[in-house]
Amino acid sequence: MSAQDTAPASGGRVAITVVAWLWVLIPFAYGLYQLIIKIPGLFGG
Amino acid sequence: MAAGFLQRERIVAPPGWSRWLIPPAALSIHLAIGQAYAWTAFKTALTATVMAGNPNAGVLTALPFQLAIVMLGLSAAVFGTKVDSNGPRWAMVIASACFVTGFLISALGVATGQYWLVVLGYGGVGGIGLGIGYISPVSTLIKWFPDRPGLSTGIAIMGFGGGALIATPLTNQLLAAFGGTAKGAAGAPGVALTFLTMGLIYLVFMAMGWLLIRVPADGWTPAGWTRPAPGAKVLGSANVSARNAIRTPQFWLLWIVLCFNVTAGIGILERAQDIWKDFFPGTLGAAALTAAAGGFAAMLSLTNSAGRIIWSTTSDLVGRKNMYRFYLGVGALLYLTVLLMTNTNRVVFLICAMLILSFYGAGFATVPAYLRDLFGTYQVGAIHGRLLTAWSVAGVLGPLIVNAIADQRIAAGVAGPGRYTTAFVIMIVLLVVGFVANELIRPVAEKYHEKTAGPAEKAGAQA
Repeated sequence: MSAQDTAPASGGRVAITVVAWLWVLIPFAYGLYQLIIKIPGLFGG
Repeated sequence: MAAGFLQRERIVAPPGWSRWLIPPAALSIHLAIGQAYAWTAFKTALTATVMAGNPNAGVLTALPFQLAIVMLGLSAAVFGTKVDSNGPRWAMVIASACFVTGFLISALGVATGQYWLVVLGYGGVGGIGLGIGYISPVSTLIKWFPDRPGLSTGIAIMGFGGGALIATPLTNQLLAAFGGTAKGAAGAPGVALTFLTMGLIYLVFMAMGWLLIRVPADGWTPAGWTRPAPGAKVLGSANVSARNAIRTPQFWLLWIVLCFNVTAGIGILERAQDIWKDFFPGTLGAAALTAAAGGFAAMLSLTNSAGRIIWSTTSDLVGRKNMYRFYLGVGALLYLTVLLMTNTNRVVFLICAMLILSFYGAGFATVPAYLRDLFGTYQVGAIHGRLLTAWSVAGVLGPLIVNAIADQRIAAGVAGPGRYTTAFVIMIVLLVVGFVANELIRPVAEKYHEKTAGPAEKAGAQA
């Protein structure tokens, strides 16, 4: 087994990057949404 | 074979590897361990179930969180050098294993009625995972983004703030789904299942971090950026070991800066809902007032997270020392504004509190880049770990100042903003002391620099 990986091809690289960011951004967006819906309470909403 | 998988040599990035894969790898760790700030959801559930009827339930259910924060600081300080030498994959795997095991032990503890297992599991074992996980991606990010260290560490450390945003609603929804909201012993199995499920969710979620993490190859630099020559008098070109760093005045001045900046923010954050109710009781009914206080706490959480990325990124443009002048100096003026205006203007109060909390978060996010500027990248992870003991101290100091003084004033019959006058004056003094400490920070003397290798060689040698 080689000591290090080989870089994925260009298309694969883009796909990995998109999946990696969605992996963290989707839960973060869920948390952010749950937070933002509480804010109107501050203004009597 | 298994050890080989964790070795640093196995994760040297091949040519063409995108450095923009490193921030999501770091975020998958920080968004998970940031769950610690959502402990209150478990605290409420434990108080109503396994601790039902116990007169010391409040203190006992706070123990796992308190131990976790203490262990965070200690493990970051103790294992920092190991994290630097063994590399980020090793650190992320150990952090994931400890953090997840903490949840599993807690599930067992609740299921069997052995509460000490929750304290030991979540606080002790999980807390070690917090410390190692917190510092695990920092030095790697700095090495991938030598041109924008503030941005890169800001993204990761924003994740720690964002972790609670995810964990709070997730915990509450799982508790409701598994029956963990039932009162008394009937709710215990639901709480145990929630611990177990969250542990398994984090096991999967954090795996993306250690699978994707890579260190840059020796001599790699981003396009358009030139590594400073060894011995060049530029920021980040020093080459100081963790052992030497703690012998420098710069380390301890920065320790004071971080400790007092955190103290000033954590005091207001920890008591946010009560502060709003005391400042603006108004004519609202109890439910509306609670909703308003909840909205205030939510706004503070939001600015705490946003400040980490916004101000830390700004530090790449204006310099770290100037940013801390801003956090500490403007922070003191904002506290002064709140003191003078008390509750006469709701909007001004809200803006001041939001900015103070954004500076609190930014203080955490900017400090790794400040360390890189002063001590270089050689053992920046280990130095960062040692600096985090300032957080452990501030975590005790901030709430202690605000809560102890407010409780005393309440006992003396003081109502409204007057409950916080003394605490806020103390915060101003601490911020001014921090400001002076920041002013005293100068470049590290050459006698502390490593002589054996230049930064270019060392930067690639460890991550």
